Amino acid sequence: MSKRTHSTAQYPHRHLLSIEGLTAGELTLLLDLAEKAAAQSREIMKKTDTLRGRTQVNLFFEASTRTQSSFELAGKRLGADVMNMSVSASSVNKGETLLDTAVTLNAMRPDILVVRHSEAGAVELLSQKVDCSVINAGDGSHQHPTQALLDALTIRRNKGKIETLIVTICGDILHSRVARSNIMTLNALGAQVRVVAPSTLLPPGVEDLGVEVFTSMAEGLKDADVVMMLRLQRERMSGAFVPSTREYFRFFGLDHDKLAHARPDALIMHPGPMNRGVEIDSAVADDERSVIREQVEMGVAVRMAVLEALARHLPNS
Amino acid sequence: MAAQNDNDPKVGEGSSDGPSALINARIVDPASGHDELGGLLIEDGMIADFGPHLRRNAPKGADIIDCRGKVLAPGLIDMQVATGEPGDEHRETLETASRAAAAGGVTTMMVTPDTDPVIDDVALVDFIQRRARDTAQVHVLPSAALTKELAGQEMSEIGLLREAGAVAFSNGPHSVVNAQVMCRLLTYARDFDALVIHHVEDPDLARSGVMNSGSMASRLGLPGIHSAAETIMLERDVRLVDWTRGRYHAAMISCDDSLGVIRQAKKRKLPVTCGVSINNLALNENDIGPYRTFFKVRPPLRCEDERRAMVEGVARGHIDVIVSAHNPQDVDAKRRPFQEASDGAIGLETMLSAALRLVHDDELTLLELLRAMTARPAEILGLASGRIAQGLPADLIVVDLDVPWVVAPEKLQSRSKNTAFDEARLTGYVCRTLVNGRTVHQRSR
Repeated sequence: MSKRTHSTAQYPHRHLLSIEGLTAGELTLLLDLAEKAAAQSREIMKKTDTLRGRTQVNLFFEASTRTQSSFELAGKRLGADVMNMSVSASSVNKGETLLDTAVTLNAMRPDILVVRHSEAGAVELLSQKVDCSVINAGDGSHQHPTQALLDALTIRRNKGKIETLIVTICGDILHSRVARSNIMTLNALGAQVRVVAPSTLLPPGVEDLGVEVFTSMAEGLKDADVVMMLRLQRERMSGAFVPSTREYFRFFGLDHDKLAHARPDALIMHPGPMNRGVEIDSAVADDERSVIREQVEMGVAVRMAVLEALARHLPNS
Repeated sequence: MAAQNDNDPKVGEGSSDGPSALINARIVDPASGHDELGGLLIEDGMIADFGPHLRRNAPKGADIIDCRGKVLAPGLIDMQVATGEPGDEHRETLETASRAAAAGGVTTMMVTPDTDPVIDDVALVDFIQRRARDTAQVHVLPSAALTKELAGQEMSEIGLLREAGAVAFSNGPHSVVNAQVMCRLLTYARDFDALVIHHVEDPDLARSGVMNSGSMASRLGLPGIHSAAETIMLERDVRLVDWTRGRYHAAMISCDDSLGVIRQAKKRKLPVTCGVSINNLALNENDIGPYRTFFKVRPPLRCEDERRAMVEGVARGHIDVIVSAHNPQDVDAKRRPFQEASDGAIGLETMLSAALRLVHDDELTLLELLRAMTARPAEILGLASGRIAQGLPADLIVVDLDVPWVVAPEKLQSRSKNTAFDEARLTGYVCRTLVNGRTVHQRSR
């Protein structure tokens, strides 16, 4: 396979910083590209030369083995030279380090920067200081666009569509960039999105993002086509936001009793890494309706698609 | 059980075995506003019928209790009772407290979570329920800790504790100082429709204070607690309730400024209610006299103007409930210099009699008084009881309003004798207390 061209639709942006601002057509284009990348990844010869000669730098201010490997593999499958940089964000003054790092990196003339940072808005700030394309691999509680795309792709592959599906996102909505990106993506693609969480884990005004809000799993899961669980960070389980893991699991953990309120063919999703017995029961995570492993596979495909879509905007293109 | 036969041979035990009828009674039911002569029929521990038609005649076979024109009212519900169980059984057990409750006409008592260990685990809620079932003569409702160990930092398992049977959540005698923590508690509790009961006293302002701040304290040379310590905490809480809409109850207020905050909150339809201790209704700081430690209570006894304001607050319904603030302390904890002595007074057995002073002095009507001890606490706690209606458990009291008596500590049922009404002359007491139709206390002249 060689470079593809899309005469009808093109991805018009230089960066992928947020789902916000992307049209349904642009999202669908990325999903279509990812579908092809997924097929390519199942071939013996997985590699193309789409990004041959290009340099991709994965700049992770916040550690993440899974996402970083996924981006690394995606870049390599498209023929790019991939370099991983892990920067400790805690040791020095963050704002200064970020911009200094940006200037330094820019001088090395990379073509694509994949950036994760613990602060919301940090990736966008960095994108203003460099000449290359920037992909947001997660910034604070703000956005994680490739996660939302891989979730949408997984849903579309299993349900054949996204429009009109009831998708319930459960858990720590307050701190979740995954939830925010998913709400925007799924709304743009015509799904009916719900969130379920204890009120302490709901962002103020979340209903204005276009979701139905529930504090009871039984109500929020009623007739759902897709159940998307979120990870609850350990430090939030011991009294500040929720009293304990056992109380959280009792009221908000996905077990077969609660899942019974959803449609019988409901998909079970989780962005990983899972806390078994906290937000999801082990048996549910391994249920035949669980598509958690497929999500990981689609992760690589979606990242290949995004890299490919950005390729035409790269310097000297 | 202290039940003894009256002289009248027709008077029975009111046992739950057969039907029994309370005739010739003045039925006072604050929930409906009824105050009329009549009778009441109990079958299987429940109120089967009541009204004027039962005043003189009861169905055949019923065990007849002649009330002789005395008041028949719903049993009292007390939202603020500390016992020493578990941990300090030498002060009071659920059993001894329940005997004191029965003697005072309290048929339902909510016990506070500040025991040793603190009631912050489902197993301990279960413990209270089992001990109450096995030993107590009245209904015991457990409340659970709002924060783990009552430390005011981490929220307790409100959902699980509520499922286990905790009817409310409080931080015991400690305020939750951290506003962020309180905010999250109210927010989280709202999801479970859990009632948050809060002791309102800013600990930094109250500091080492031991009585009301003012000239009385200055004369005695004792550090005072200004009423602002209470009002500031209450104002903060009301602001947080406005934000979170959690269901909130200020355990005990003691001053007019706090009452103003409550009034405003209610005018704005916020889910805010409050209580007042019988001590702050019936006593004032002058009662402390020469360092009488039985009058060292929290909130502290205030000046006479504040006491009057509290009474008026009850009369107008701005103060929802009256509580005994029952807090048994052993002699050693009280026989100390005033500053060192423990806080608290027992109150279950004297609450109604002390409050009847206010009725006799025309400061409150009987309906206003009983409403704050029956219907309102029942509403706040979501109980069916606290009123006289067909099909409800027969939790009832018969009250002689006019009999004079002197409080003799040695005759009190409570294991501790730290009563603020030691040797007090009171008028009116509970002659009979029924729980589920069964007489658990009886007293005759």
